Amino acid sequence: MTTLLDVKNLWVKFPTRNGIFDAVRGVSFSLGKERLGIVGESGSGKSMTGRAILQLIRKPGMIEADHIALQGQNLLNLSEKQMRSVRGKQISMVMQDPKFSLNPVLTVGDQIVEAYRLHNKASKAEARAKALEMLEAVSIRDPERVMKAYPHEMSGGMGQRIMIAMMLIPNPEILIADEPTSALDVSVQGQVLSIMDRLVKERGMGLIFISHDLNLVSQFCDRVLIMYAGRVVEVCQADKLHEAKHPYTQGLLGSLPKFDAPRPRLEVLNRDPAWREAPSVESTS
Amino acid sequence: MSNALKIKDLNVYFGDHHDLFQAVKSASFTVEKGSSFGLVGESGSGKSTILKALTGLAPQWEGEMTVAGQQLGLKRDRSFYKTVQMVFQDPYASLHPRQSVDQVLSETLKLHGFSDINDRIEALLKDVGLGPAFRFRYPHQLSGGQRQRVAIARALASEPQILLLDEPTSALDVSVQAEILNLLSDLRAEHGLTFVMVSHDLAVVSHMCDQTAVMRNGEIVEIISIEDMRAGKTAHDYTSQLLHASVNRVA
Amino acid sequence: MSSQASSLHAWLTSETPTSRRQARWAAVYKGWLSLKSNHMAMAGLAIIIALITVAALAPWLAPHDPFVQDLGNRLQPLGAEGHVLGTDSLGRDILSRLIYGARITLYIVALVALIAPIVGLLVGTISGYAGGWVDLVMMRITDIFLAFPRLVLALAFVAALGAGIENAVLAISLTAWPPYARMARAETLTIRGSDYISAIRLQGAGPLRIITKHIWPLCISSLIVRVTLDMAGIILAAAGLGFLGLGAQPPSPEWGAMISEGRRFLLDHWWVATMPGLAIFTVSLAFNLLGDGLRDVLDPKDSSS
Repeated sequence: MTTLLDVKNLWVKFPTRNGIFDAVRGVSFSLGKERLGIVGESGSGKSMTGRAILQLIRKPGMIEADHIALQGQNLLNLSEKQMRSVRGKQISMVMQDPKFSLNPVLTVGDQIVEAYRLHNKASKAEARAKALEMLEAVSIRDPERVMKAYPHEMSGGMGQRIMIAMMLIPNPEILIADEPTSALDVSVQGQVLSIMDRLVKERGMGLIFISHDLNLVSQFCDRVLIMYAGRVVEVCQADKLHEAKHPYTQGLLGSLPKFDAPRPRLEVLNRDPAWREAPSVESTS
Repeated sequence: MSNALKIKDLNVYFGDHHDLFQAVKSASFTVEKGSSFGLVGESGSGKSTILKALTGLAPQWEGEMTVAGQQLGLKRDRSFYKTVQMVFQDPYASLHPRQSVDQVLSETLKLHGFSDINDRIEALLKDVGLGPAFRFRYPHQLSGGQRQRVAIARALASEPQILLLDEPTSALDVSVQAEILNLLSDLRAEHGLTFVMVSHDLAVVSHMCDQTAVMRNGEIVEIISIEDMRAGKTAHDYTSQLLHASVNRVA
Repeated sequence: MSSQASSLHAWLTSETPTSRRQARWAAVYKGWLSLKSNHMAMAGLAIIIALITVAALAPWLAPHDPFVQDLGNRLQPLGAEGHVLGTDSLGRDILSRLIYGARITLYIVALVALIAPIVGLLVGTISGYAGGWVDLVMMRITDIFLAFPRLVLALAFVAALGAGIENAVLAISLTAWPPYARMARAETLTIRGSDYISAIRLQGAGPLRIITKHIWPLCISSLIVRVTLDMAGIILAAAGLGFLGLGAQPPSPEWGAMISEGRRFLLDHWWVATMPGLAIFTVSLAFNLLGDGLRDVLDPKDSSS
């Protein structure tokens, strides 16, 4: 498989009053044209990993790594200006809540057109045509109307589809989706995910799917990294997640209530301090 | 008289005359004493609004609500709050940021007219699995799961018979969710509580409840026992859809 | 650090306090530690403490009687013998007058700082929590007060009540409360809808208890910050009234009145007006610095531990 992105020994550090806090501790993985899931609980460093790839860690946070190579080019050596052209054009990111990602005072159409023209030399009419095409691609029934609408007039699912349309217009090689469906209802989640899946496949993109939802990731992704306390504790095939070996992964799975397998009590995760200290597992794709 | 709660033709409205919005449309259901009843639906289906109307937090309602044989009027008195208590969704928002665990619990106990406050606080903390070390901590010194335990302790302080649970674990990690759900099951068995649990998560409701109402757009489309639901014996299409979506997450 | 002090530090910074008293002191101590790390705020606090000390010890610190006139010795320059900051047009020692004036300044500041925020807090929280027509009436009254320029309104009040320090304080307070009311109301509106207020309502708590025990503690910290930031304005307003002859009356050594007197000699004897001006400037700045620091410590939105 061709490797799109290779991350080696990634650390994200935050200086605090009581010394340095490591949010991500030596994470390595590579991404091909696949759907890679990153799961973990809050504070596991999964979102930080996604943001660190795009160098979206706010000061005073620091990113350190041997390399973050996008098709052989080390992103760490790029200037902020060069990074800006990587963001969006080569790697896009979809966040959890579309309400916070869209500008409330601009119409949806204006924002998509602007996003397109930021990375492509195109006339307004061309960009508009492209935007309409993209909105259709994310299964929005009446794209003309949606183009003229403001973000607050959109439902959550609609907003997230618009975000995906916006992020995919410049044809990036990699899409990072950080909990893209957590704010949505289950029925809408399915739609949004299948749209994202279709587009990623059609375009031969790599997808990094960050989520806290083990069932979702095991159904949606090809490969899964399980993170705990800033480290990768286990890497496995998504469809074999239920055969996971690490006690943390097993514990997480055991703690989920299951619709079809009722039991009187849920398993409670006993956290072993040793999990924290064990080195990150390297992924082999 | 084994009904803990009976709701009949309940309508709930928000807003004023100019733009009135009906959040719940003629909802009816009964909850037996000691049972656990679920309210499932997607966001905006009106499931939480029923709890708000019940507790008096949404004052614009019409219909009949009966709690432990007492019909509810517009005002709720102390005895109502001694019978019915609620646990809120977000433990980060339901604790006063400037009050320690001790302050929260002692004020609640005082309001309900108890005098042996020290002993009761210790017993409550023990009940929800927090040691005495937590007593004088402030919310910012607690994790999400610990906060929710404090919120549960507060709800239990008046020794209620009915506990309303408004998505009590949706803001928590799954491993913490398991702890809280186990705790709630234990408390229900121990104190003989009646639960009404609102959730968007069918797996959680099926784990906790005996029976559930499925809501959509403010209406109850179906009331179904969990066994029937597991067996796929749904009467309404929407219930089957919801079921399908929560088992097969990727459409 | 002695072992006693370090054990006190450990007691105060413990993550697991064992008594109500310890929990309360630990919260205070944490605020103090974070204020202490802000050097500008500490500088402001130092100046204010110095001011309070000077005011308290005025009779011992002042080299001369602030009221004794010595016309043969009038308008002495800075550094004149026996008069470090010179003398004014009636030969009174400026340094002594500044030292005694600190008392008046503190008196005004303390009274206004007590009256205005408390009135504002009451009006704002009741208005915000009650809503409906109570809110409407109270906020329109607030708007009427806000519609006048502050000093002009204060002037009108003093003109009606008669000149003097007490009336000046009253006038400034009457014009200072509306911004506090607005702020308290805005905070109340956001707090009112929160789950923890719903939760205490479900325990059967009445509006009075909710406002005083649950809403006030959250409003007060931002009010304190606002008051310290407004102190400068209050001192200036008091000085302004003094300057216009409507505040403290001669021969009282109020700083604004001193500037007013010195104004006539500004070109030839600049220090007479400048020294009290510098005093007002320093104290205003000190309150502003402290207010800025307190904002960082007391902001309830900041939940970092």
